Amino acid sequence: MALSKKVKDTLFGPILENNPIALQILGVCSALAVTSSMDKTLVMCIALTFVTAMSNFSISLVRNYIPSSVRIIVQMTIIASLVIVVDQFLQAFAYGIAQELSVFVGLIITNCIVMGRAEAFAMKESPGLSFLDGIGNGLGYSAVLLIVGFIRELFGSGSLFGYQIMSLVTDGGWYTPVGLLVMPPSAFFIIGGLIWIIRTYRPNQVEAKEV
Amino acid sequence: MADNKETVGRTFAVVLVLCLVCSIIVAGSAVLLKPRQQANAAEAKQLNIMATAGIETKGAEIATLFDKRVKTLGYNLATNEIVSFDTLGQLEGAIENSAAFTVSKEGTEAGVRDQHQVVPVYEILNDSGVTDSYVLDLRGAGLWGMMYAFLAIEPNGENIRGIYFYKHGETPGLGGEIQNPRWTARFNGLQAVDASGDVTIAVRKAAKEGEVDALSGATITSDGVNKTLKFWLSNEAYGGFLAQLRDGGAK
Repeated sequence: MALSKKVKDTLFGPILENNPIALQILGVCSALAVTSSMDKTLVMCIALTFVTAMSNFSISLVRNYIPSSVRIIVQMTIIASLVIVVDQFLQAFAYGIAQELSVFVGLIITNCIVMGRAEAFAMKESPGLSFLDGIGNGLGYSAVLLIVGFIRELFGSGSLFGYQIMSLVTDGGWYTPVGLLVMPPSAFFIIGGLIWIIRTYRPNQVEAKEV
Repeated sequence: MADNKETVGRTFAVVLVLCLVCSIIVAGSAVLLKPRQQANAAEAKQLNIMATAGIETKGAEIATLFDKRVKTLGYNLATNEIVSFDTLGQLEGAIENSAAFTVSKEGTEAGVRDQHQVVPVYEILNDSGVTDSYVLDLRGAGLWGMMYAFLAIEPNGENIRGIYFYKHGETPGLGGEIQNPRWTARFNGLQAVDASGDVTIAVRKAAKEGEVDALSGATITSDGVNKTLKFWLSNEAYGGFLAQLRDGGAK
């Protein structure tokens, strides 16, 4: 399958080269809140990828009709509608997880990645390419979140996707969980560590010193 | 093109059409998925009630099992009457229609503001149809928000069969441990109220015999659980119902 370079860059670039969380430092708020367990993280990633892709697609489709004076509010209307639809679907088909994610699904509306991609990409590019850009950024977000979720659930609760991997002391086992990792701030440290690692291997991502 | 799409009329037209399309999509998905969502919510509730009372629910058809093992009752705080309902929906309707009143200071401290005169009671039957326990529905403020719990009481109206916090917003690993079965198991068998109706159960640090130790690192949550139990078991809430049980069964 020969993808043109532009398509490839749009789809896979945001995963490592231009990661929305690690390089653009967008959407960190939800990355802190929903990463305490893998199942929550995964559902959040799917929801966000869907919303980003669909909002990019729809906004790009109508971009030539959007009056620039009200373009942000138009984008917000489209994004908010999509998020409500996603929330309704989760409550109908994944009730337990929807209850746990509670407000954070709704907060996708204010997620900077969705808004940022709509404004920066979808307002200029064709619907097809915008859709791929949304998927790509969703995957970039997901990659970081899944790594954070993996570390936090494994070492914070000794489990993955709710299955106990390491038996906890509180249940009569041997593993003493790292209490810090179940708290949202721990995601800060992990994301910080990830950014450090990525920038060590890709020094071109390091920002120029301000003079 | 840039000129004519910026006119006031054009802007209004675009926004109007967009809002129309979006509202159709949102309203459509909400209406179409509503029956499924309500079924989910009802099933989750039935599951939680039965799990609190210790009924094995694995692999069972939840609604059928609920109909067989649970009798939906409503206890009227003002008249001391107990009414039976066919469905959860009817009970909820009756609660909604009953007069609301403002609770006393104890209730406010537990985070309960307005209270309806009818409160739900779920009578759990064993396999042969004999009363096994009564499940009460409690709520109270924790650290971050309201905590909701089902409390199963033995038919003698005094001892606790089980407690389960089915909805809360406490910190995972700290206050969230109120859901830990190893902690909630400590309530089992303890006396909730004594023969004179005084609430004897308590959650606190360095608990005495017959009380439950507070969760470490979750002082406000534990305190909230304590106040919630004190309020709901008092005469202002389920106290009168429990008194009826002690006097020889709720009939």
